[in-house]
Amino acid sequence: MTRTITYREALNLAMRREMEADEDVFVYGLDVPDHKRIFGSTKGLVEQFGLNRCFGAPLSEDALTGIGIGAALSGLRPILTHIRTDFMLLGMNQLGNMLSCLRYMSGGKVHVPMVIRSVVGRGWGQSAQHSKSMFGIFAHFPGLRVVLPSRPQDAYSLLRAAVRDPNPVIFIEHRWLYDVEGPVDEQVTVPIGQPVVVRQGKDLTVLCVSWMNVEALKAAEVLARRGVELEVVDVRSLAPLGRDLIVESVKKTGRCLVADYDWVFAGFSAELAAVVGHDCFRELKCPVERVGFAHAPCPATRPLENLFYPSAVTLIRMAEKMLGLDETDLSGENFYSYENKFKGPF
Amino acid sequence: MPSLNETMDLYRRILLIRMCEEKIREVYPGDEIKSPVHLSIGQEAIPVGVCHCMPRGTRYFGTYRNHALYLNLTNDVEGFFCELYGKASGAGRGKAGSMHLMAPEVGLMATSAVVGTTLPVAVGAALACQYQGGDGWTVVFFGDGAMEEGVFGESMNFACLRGLRILFVCEDNGLAIHAPAKDRRGYRSVMDLTQAFDCYAASAEGQDVFKVIEKTRKIMEGMEQAPKPGFLHFTYHRFLEHVGVNEDYQHGYRKRPSDQELRQLDPAQVLSGQMARLGGVEADLEKMRNELKERIEKSVAQARAAPFPEPGELCTEVVL
Ligand SMILES: Cc1ncc(C[n+]2csc(CCOP(=O)(O)OP(=O)(O)O)c2C)c(N)n1
Ligand SMILES: [Mg+2]
Repeated sequence: MTRTITYREALNLAMRREMEADEDVFVYGLDVPDHKRIFGSTKGLVEQFGLNRCFGAPLSEDALTGIGIGAALSGLRPILTHIRTDFMLLGMNQLGNMLSCLRYMSGGKVHVPMVIRSVVGRGWGQSAQHSKSMFGIFAHFPGLRVVLPSRPQDAYSLLRAAVRDPNPVIFIEHRWLYDVEGPVDEQVTVPIGQPVVVRQGKDLTVLCVSWMNVEALKAAEVLARRGVELEVVDVRSLAPLGRDLIVESVKKTGRCLVADYDWVFAGFSAELAAVVGHDCFRELKCPVERVGFAHAPCPATRPLENLFYPSAVTLIRMAEKMLGLDETDLSGENFYSYENKFKGPF
Repeated sequence: MPSLNETMDLYRRILLIRMCEEKIREVYPGDEIKSPVHLSIGQEAIPVGVCHCMPRGTRYFGTYRNHALYLNLTNDVEGFFCELYGKASGAGRGKAGSMHLMAPEVGLMATSAVVGTTLPVAVGAALACQYQGGDGWTVVFFGDGAMEEGVFGESMNFACLRGLRILFVCEDNGLAIHAPAKDRRGYRSVMDLTQAFDCYAASAEGQDVFKVIEKTRKIMEGMEQAPKPGFLHFTYHRFLEHVGVNEDYQHGYRKRPSDQELRQLDPAQVLSGQMARLGGVEADLEKMRNELKERIEKSVAQARAAPFPEPGELCTEVVL
């Protein structure tokens, strides 16, 4: 049965179902059980499963990461939750030196089926320390799976897949996606490692990560009015990367624009560009282009923040350049503005 | 016994902070301040009292709950509001927002919104001082939640090991966002936790600025005798929600103290009571309030009218 629910509800439902299905699944982290419940994503879990299976914690991200690893290798299925991805930096030692390599170093004898959820913040002055996404850094470590759903169905299905996965999975959500609504069928499964075409087109492939899917769909809608068809691909899973679908799409369109949600320099977008550059060498009609964050820490003030983030407009302008088109008149277009939805303070 | 003048000066400092924050509460619903704000109402006497005791040249470090510290050290109301409004003339040229207010020109070296991150940085500043043979002071303010991060123990250990002249000031409101101390502490008390470190330590209620001053002076005397860090623990009541401008008792995760208790927990009211006993005159206080109000109104108006940073500033000050 398909229902229309929000991304937030989809996350919640996935955890609920996994906790119902498996007593070894538990959810923990700072602020997980307070009245705000991580923007509502952990709502009702304490009530249904008790504080033993959904609990808050001291401010100790380093230890909490290690504690999850220890619990996981002892047979439990921990879901550690961070309200901001930035705080994962405190757990980087456990992540890079333990989580990603215990299985390998044990010759395959130790398994760490742990999920680390984190939320990427944006807007309202989140600025440098509350806005990082960093998924490229996590994907860089062999041994970690990295997933970034952008639609409610994927949030639901991929989180369930993450909990069931025998490997560590880093599961990164975007604060602004929480209110996105979409159809969710509880029976649908989505394997980790497969991108998906979210809008078909013949002229140019836009490879999107996380929030950039929303921007790319808007760009596609605008450009479609002048007969330009963008194919929007949600990469969805960074590690493992589903190369085939990406390559197939770019071979079809002959053009590839990577819409990343991170810094461009040395970022995950370079990985995608390299894959496409190699596998679609003959089909490419123009160089692969990349857009992402400006090369600076995220500024607090709104006018600079607007310039910091790539948007539908950035994508439209880049697509026009790649296709040799003159600039579309965008006056009168209604682009996403978070003031309409997300008013601070957090 | 403090003089009336000294008391008036301290009251003025606390009032400045309070009135700036009351102004934020008033204008915040207008959505022009696009920054999370962690207000310091209830906390003011701690930074005001501690800074009052420190000599010129002291280096300070703080957290995202830094309005009191910033305003007390800089007295820069306009730069403060310009930053909250995201303007180029703000303390951080609009790049900081409320959570990262810094003013190295008056010793406020760094503040940070990642809990515990300024602790070792402050230790490094104290190390630099020792390294250069100076006798300057370093003060680091942090919330009780920061003590749960591993870096707290690491920083204390290093500072004590090296006998650095650093004052650790724990601003303990018994909360980390909504999580009460009892849900986070596996140790008996803050003072028990610090007991094992080779430093001077003291604890007091933090709403009475004179108590804060007394404890600070006493610990500084000790630190001047033998080269050891100091650890000051001050409790206080957070009057408002963790972040934002509203009260939040209605959510039920903590109890609202009675009106009388709240008066006794309010640093401004505690101090105004003391002032009355010292012979302070209401007319003088009224004058002070009016002056401050005028200044704040003017600063806000200027901040609202001030220009945003130019687009070219996005990528400046990333590297030299
Ligand atoms: C390392 C880290 N973990 C989590 C957070 C989210 N967070 C922001 S403030 C806060 C509570 C901090 O409590 P405390 O240190 O007591 O300071 P207070 O807000 O009470 O002044 C938390 C958990 C953070 N900013 N940094
Ligand atoms: Mg606290």
